[in-house]
Amino acid sequence: MINVTVENAEGERQTLEVPTDIGLNLMEVLKAYEYDIMATCGGMGLCATCHIEVLQGAENLNPCNDNELDTLDTLPDADENSRLACQIRPAENMNGLSLRLRALQEA
Amino acid sequence: MITTDICIIGAGPVGLFAVFEAGLLKMRCHLIDALPVVGGQLSEIYPQKPIYDIPGAPGIIAEDLVKNLLIQIEEFKPGFTLGERVEALTKQDDGSYIVGTNEGTEVHCKVVVIAAGLGSFEPRKPAVERLEHFEGKGVHYMVKRPEQFRDKKIVLAGGGDSALDWTIFLADVASRVTLVHRGETFRGAPDSASKVFELAEAGKIDLILQSQVSSLGGNGVLKEISILDNKKQLTTIETDSFIPLFGLSPKLGPIADWNLGIDKAAVTVVTLDYSTNVERIYAIGDINTYPGKLKLILCGFHEAAIMMQSAFKFVYPEQKLSFKYTTVNGINAF
Repeated sequence: MINVTVENAEGERQTLEVPTDIGLNLMEVLKAYEYDIMATCGGMGLCATCHIEVLQGAENLNPCNDNELDTLDTLPDADENSRLACQIRPAENMNGLSLRLRALQEA
Repeated sequence: MITTDICIIGAGPVGLFAVFEAGLLKMRCHLIDALPVVGGQLSEIYPQKPIYDIPGAPGIIAEDLVKNLLIQIEEFKPGFTLGERVEALTKQDDGSYIVGTNEGTEVHCKVVVIAAGLGSFEPRKPAVERLEHFEGKGVHYMVKRPEQFRDKKIVLAGGGDSALDWTIFLADVASRVTLVHRGETFRGAPDSASKVFELAEAGKIDLILQSQVSSLGGNGVLKEISILDNKKQLTTIETDSFIPLFGLSPKLGPIADWNLGIDKAAVTVVTLDYSTNVERIYAIGDINTYPGKLKLILCGFHEAAIMMQSAFKFVYPEQKLSFKYTTVNGINAF
């Protein structure tokens, strides 16, 4: 179990307990906590509707693969801190990760 | 005015298969989709991905499923209005409906089926000052008729395949093409990316990297565009058109205004027949929700079959519906 801090569109922060041993990716975790993200493609990294901005702890994340970078390139507001939540697999070394939801305006 | 029995909003896999189920009951269909092609998410998001849970079609590639569905429904001769978004739904005195699109197409039907998936795919809009002010006055989110850019100065923005492909294509059409990209490299198809760099080196296009379009200017029509680089330097260039190409994202759109039951961007239905709270309007596939809903193509197929049995009474109010297997009766083409 790790702690992940999530900031929503209103700027409200909440620290979530995220399990690392049940095979959920970060998008699925956010949905389970009832964050309003669409995740249109269901986790294939193709739709960019689970776009997040990593505020802290980026160095501990699994790196972007080409597919994720391609998809991020289609977003008008992506920057170097952008990731797709569905491509991040929570692991023990990611404790303290902090992120901001960016795809909410798509909902 | 197009006249049909059933108007299906959304030409994804479930909308397409609904034509088959309607056809078995001798009901004609017309489909409308905001995308210029059929297939919905399968065509727009994952055409090359295998789908493993279609019964009897293990690991079928998404675009092949779409092709097969078109073959399956061909004999029922559905009508298609593609690249137009449904805007209006008007109830007639006899209970029938007229469905209207943003381009003025009208479909008169006895039953409306919403098979719109996650809504209509609409272009993602970048955060650019006065962008919406110049929509239709120089700002275009897709290239529908390349000829309209002949001998014009145009600026494209984006780093994906469509930005690269249109830059290459329009380099021979427009008088000047400028491509603005946030990154330093392109991650689209490598061939397209190297072609764009070649065109830039040869002076045939202007390539502005590590920059973003920040604002638009002009009096009534677009005249100039300001570009901000990563050192916060502002450059202004003259242009006739601005084409931001940042992909598409789904929006529920006008469906939200039709007095239907909505729960979390999905239309609530009863599972008896997938009808909505409004008579003659049904919702099937990813757009609907009910207790136990699974967003699977195969569940949408099931919903289509049940739903069409229920719609029969509105199309043939005088007739009694008798259920027949295709193995007994075959299919009777129109």
